[in-house]
Amino acid sequence: MSRNDDEIREAAFVSLRRVAPEADPASLPLTANIREALEIDSYDFLQFLIALNKRLDIDIPEADYGKLQTMSSLLSYLRSRCDGAASG
Amino acid sequence: MTAATLVSWKIRPGDVVSRGQVVAEVETDKGVIDVECFNEGTVERLMSEPGQKLPVGALMAVIRGSVDDEPSMSAAPRPNVAANTISEPSATTSGARLKITPAARKRAGELGIALEQLHGSESDGVIGLTDVEGAAAAATTSTSPLRSEDGCDRMRRAIAAAMSKSKREVPHYYLATKIDMSRALAWLESENLNRPLADRILPAVLTLKAVALSLHDIPELNGFWIDSKFRSGDGVHVGLAVAMKGGGLVAPAIHDADHKSLDEIMSLFHDLIPRARSGRLRSSELTDATATLTNLGDLGVETVFGVIYPPQVALIGLGKITQQPWVADDNICARPVLTATLSADHRATDGRRGGQFLDALNRRLQTPEKL
Repeated sequence: MSRNDDEIREAAFVSLRRVAPEADPASLPLTANIREALEIDSYDFLQFLIALNKRLDIDIPEADYGKLQTMSSLLSYLRSRCDGAASG
Repeated sequence: MTAATLVSWKIRPGDVVSRGQVVAEVETDKGVIDVECFNEGTVERLMSEPGQKLPVGALMAVIRGSVDDEPSMSAAPRPNVAANTISEPSATTSGARLKITPAARKRAGELGIALEQLHGSESDGVIGLTDVEGAAAAATTSTSPLRSEDGCDRMRRAIAAAMSKSKREVPHYYLATKIDMSRALAWLESENLNRPLADRILPAVLTLKAVALSLHDIPELNGFWIDSKFRSGDGVHVGLAVAMKGGGLVAPAIHDADHKSLDEIMSLFHDLIPRARSGRLRSSELTDATATLTNLGDLGVETVFGVIYPPQVALIGLGKITQQPWVADDNICARPVLTATLSADHRATDGRRGGQFLDALNRRLQTPEKL
């Protein structure tokens, strides 16, 4: 299922707010480490991925966790996963 | 924790209750807690009202024991009447009870009047509704004494009290060891490979299970120091330190963690952590832990030497798993390494026994398939 950038960004923000309700993901610099900036522990990070999985209907293998560290890498990763899901 | 305020009853006189059933909600320093029943039987009467502040050990309700062994109904009260009280290991009974009518107590709660400030005007000294209304009128300009304080401040004070007591009374000794996590992480990775996201197991679950089994191996670290002697726990109930978003922490117990599968522990994480963070834990979860585990690795800390939560006798600290140089078979290689620490009460154990615990933990983590 192909999605545009706005949908992906929105999904990322909504999912982040679920685990860090007091945070404003939109104000996060694109290059900041998301987990450090929003104080997300490994349990909350898993919750974040589960939320993304539900919203975007994409699987995120554990081996790819390292590609999700900054907002910029997260968004491009999600972009590629969504496109991949569309072609596959 | 020294006192709690009754929020609501979940039972009524005449109800049949079972062990472990949630019978009331109380508000404490650690948030709202579901109080569980210790006994089976029929609720005879409720001894406290919502809004009432109860000291630890206060009588909350009277539960009449089972009468299955009695063929005929007896009119006289049976002697096996058990009391349900606010739980805490060192429970004491309350002093003289305040004489107040239920309606007056309810009204006092609504008006925010502290019950200690009330005096009965009737000849029998019982505080009635009119006494409450009178006191309210006299105190209209003062602030509400029953209004709950900021939850964060209260939690801070509860932590301050427990940790001060620990550092005042508990002679800690500290041990640390480095554990090669390559086998454990590789096993976990292959285990998670075919699992959907929601079923994946976190490394923290694996290490918790290993800690629980090691506490089972070294039972002198699993229990309490009470009245100058060690009392072993009635199971391995690992208190998992959970940081609160606004500061502070709670350590709900994962009961019988040494007998639970990794999947069961992971489901408990999904159940306990959100409830801990929203302040919705059960009384047994807050009082039963036989040792505490703190996981500070998530935010980059490599080594944590914790402060024991009395009357427990051990606190296990796990840091961040980092790639480090490691010597294996005379070669230097890079391995994921975890620093595990033990803070233990020297009254209950010596360093040698503590060392055996960390050794057991290391061995457990080298055979992850058996966890």
